[in-house]
Amino acid sequence: MSAAVRVLRRAAGIPSVKVSGGILAAIALLAIALPWVSPNAYLDINFDRVLHAPGFAGMHLFGTDDLGRDLFVRTMMGIRVTLLVAVIASIVSLVIGVLYGAVAGYVGGRVDAVMMRIVDALYAVPFIFFVILLMVVFERNFLLIFVAIGAINWLDMARIVRGQTLSLKEREFVEAARLNGVSTVRIILRHIAPNLFGVVIVYVTLTIPQAILVESFLSFLGLGIQEPETSLGALVNNGVKHMETAPWVLLIPGGLLALILLCFNFLGDGLRDLFDARQSR
Amino acid sequence: MSLLNIDGLTIRYADKAVVDGLSLAIEKGESIGLVGESGSGKTQTALAVLGLLPATASTDGSIDIAGEQVIGRASRDLDRLRARRVAMVFQDPADALNPYMRIGDQVARILLAHGLASAAEAKGQVIDMLGAVGLPDPERQARAWPHQLSGGMRQRVMIASALITKPDLLIADEPTTALDVTVQAQILELLDAIRRDTALLLITHDLGVVAGHCQRVLVLKEGRVVEEGTTAGIFNAPRDPHTRSLIDAAPRIAPAAAPAVPAGEPLLAVDDLSVSYPASGRKHLDAVKNIDLTLKSNETLAIVGESGSGKSSLARAILGLTRARGGTVSFLGQPLPGDAHERSNSVRRDLQLVFQDPLGSLNPQMRVSDIVREPLLVHDPGDRAAHVQRVADMLTHVGLGDEFLRRYPHELSGGQAQRVAIARALIVRPKVLVCDEAVAALDGTVRRQILELLQSLQQEYGLSMLFISHDLGVVCSISHRVIVMYLGEAVEVADGRTLFSAPRHPYTRALLDAVPAPDPDGHKNRKPLSGEVPSPLAPPPGCVFHTRCPFVEQQCVDRVPVARHINNTTVRCHRADELDLKVPFH
Repeated sequence: MSAAVRVLRRAAGIPSVKVSGGILAAIALLAIALPWVSPNAYLDINFDRVLHAPGFAGMHLFGTDDLGRDLFVRTMMGIRVTLLVAVIASIVSLVIGVLYGAVAGYVGGRVDAVMMRIVDALYAVPFIFFVILLMVVFERNFLLIFVAIGAINWLDMARIVRGQTLSLKEREFVEAARLNGVSTVRIILRHIAPNLFGVVIVYVTLTIPQAILVESFLSFLGLGIQEPETSLGALVNNGVKHMETAPWVLLIPGGLLALILLCFNFLGDGLRDLFDARQSR
Repeated sequence: MSLLNIDGLTIRYADKAVVDGLSLAIEKGESIGLVGESGSGKTQTALAVLGLLPATASTDGSIDIAGEQVIGRASRDLDRLRARRVAMVFQDPADALNPYMRIGDQVARILLAHGLASAAEAKGQVIDMLGAVGLPDPERQARAWPHQLSGGMRQRVMIASALITKPDLLIADEPTTALDVTVQAQILELLDAIRRDTALLLITHDLGVVAGHCQRVLVLKEGRVVEEGTTAGIFNAPRDPHTRSLIDAAPRIAPAAAPAVPAGEPLLAVDDLSVSYPASGRKHLDAVKNIDLTLKSNETLAIVGESGSGKSSLARAILGLTRARGGTVSFLGQPLPGDAHERSNSVRRDLQLVFQDPLGSLNPQMRVSDIVREPLLVHDPGDRAAHVQRVADMLTHVGLGDEFLRRYPHELSGGQAQRVAIARALIVRPKVLVCDEAVAALDGTVRRQILELLQSLQQEYGLSMLFISHDLGVVCSISHRVIVMYLGEAVEVADGRTLFSAPRHPYTRALLDAVPAPDPDGHKNRKPLSGEVPSPLAPPPGCVFHTRCPFVEQQCVDRVPVARHINNTTVRCHRADELDLKVPFH
């Protein structure tokens, strides 16, 4: 889509977008590539090297954890899982939220009222309770975490998209299309959705850190990713147990988690500046 | 010594000169018009005088205000200069007022910020000043919020804020462009009145505006002064071709120039149409009241009135964008459903619309070729290559080359965007084209070009047009017949020649007087309409116009006038047959 290309080209000119986007891309690439290169496997347990400090001995660059597993490889695996959860949850919320919000906003009237009351009702469900219920009923499952996180994020997205759609549908180019009898589906796909792009992409970059936090929080509580799989949240959880004797087990994954969150927030802020400037042009 | 002396002013943005060697001098009490099209550098000049240019601009030359140099001055010195010497009125009064501050406080804040008065003194001065700029009941209005005032009243407040520090020079940058012609006439009158003790630099794209209100005129083109002289000299004997084209482009009333009514079959008929919108409580706002009209083939019918007269609501109801409360719209003898969605494709194809805001009516994410092609997808499906060929042909007809096919709307100027909008409307060969203020947002010469384009397309395609405008001067050259609307009612209906030479309704006469004609002498006999359009929520009893009518009598307050036919005119006025409203300056 040409509009997306234009937006990305302009976004790449903003320093905060350039720096934070670059760091995130580097982290993601390293997390994907390095576990293949490392001599250590992330599942290898070795009780001879429990809680070793970071160093080059045995290539344990980040040290080892309480079961003697290589923390470097586990951290990379954790980043993979964390980013995957965040991206998939955001895509789920993007697709459901944009379609739901655009339909409610454009169709309006009673349809809009009913659709938005459903959103209100879903907001009222306590999230942690909902997740615990899911875990109990369906057992712990990787997929369920995506579903649970996407299921809360799309509510916000739907509200934002609906508001934008309401103002877009009063715009003259939409009226011109309506006047010619252009179908509702085509109006939503050609006239409404592309003009939502700006707001939506900003909002997505801001929901990703939210999803990461929720996943970490669930894993920290023991409700998320299960051993021997891991995520940054699970690693932090494990690190807390040993923070007095082996602080690196907490600080390294925790620090990376903070860095990733920070980068996504900067990215979102930079993109928001871009679109605010475009609107006031 | 002059009050303001600009010598060799050059303003550059990254090597591109937007103002190039401009010199001008204003004496105390003098008024000078700075005229040019968008992009001619007139606003940049004003900002330079105030020292408000952005840091990316580089400035050469000299700007001297009462012996003080502006260029290169520290901003603190400039504050003092701006407080005492120069003030500015901007184009859009809605943007220039803080919506969270009462009117009186906003004006007083200027005095307090410059330390020119104590809080108690400021209050009295503000109320005096608001009264002086013509705000009715200034003590009450000082406590009003900006959204409670009309556009004209807000512009009066802006003028009050500019004058409150008693500056020597007032710069007004397009002060009336966002306003109706009637309100424009009032604001220009006000600027004339206050000029007794203040010099005025009036910046506008419309030569008609400076005609009756400035002593000298400078015409700018691409940053250079192409002509300079007394107002009478410029208008009576323009030397530069650019000046001449600006004068030609200004709206004017010339009854002889109004086209004769063509013979044609009735195409579109509106019968007893009313539109109302729900208002707070159980009330409703009657935007259009019982309008009848017939549009014949090949004919242009103009609908004219101030903001709030219901002309846009009428057009939207005809097109099916707003549901009518009562009455019918019929096309080729068949009554149409009230909503565009329920109409047949062939009807939708035959009724097309061009909007006021050329950029707002084009989807910013689509290329020109796709925008113009879209109606074809509905009305004449076919393969892409054939469509694109037709789009290119259509663009040629509206004066745009093939290079525009791949452009996005933000790469177009206002005039080009409006041509694209016209191409989109005409590509399906409609029978009726509705133009809702289609040239109001455009500069004078561009406006003239678009009007000529519409006229030639009308000839070529045999179009009928409904042309909606607040300015009788704009519609004069193209309208066969005219409907004048006031508060939702059609107060006068006549063919163009009759209406422009012998108006029967005092409101029509007032609209004619408000047209800023490019004729310095013509302005002397004008009586701009006083007051504002009353709220349509509480229309006046009797004749709706009686609150502003200079010829009001007791019967106008007591009885609603019925429509009467006098010669070729249908008019709603009790005194239509006794008043002589012929316009003397023709």
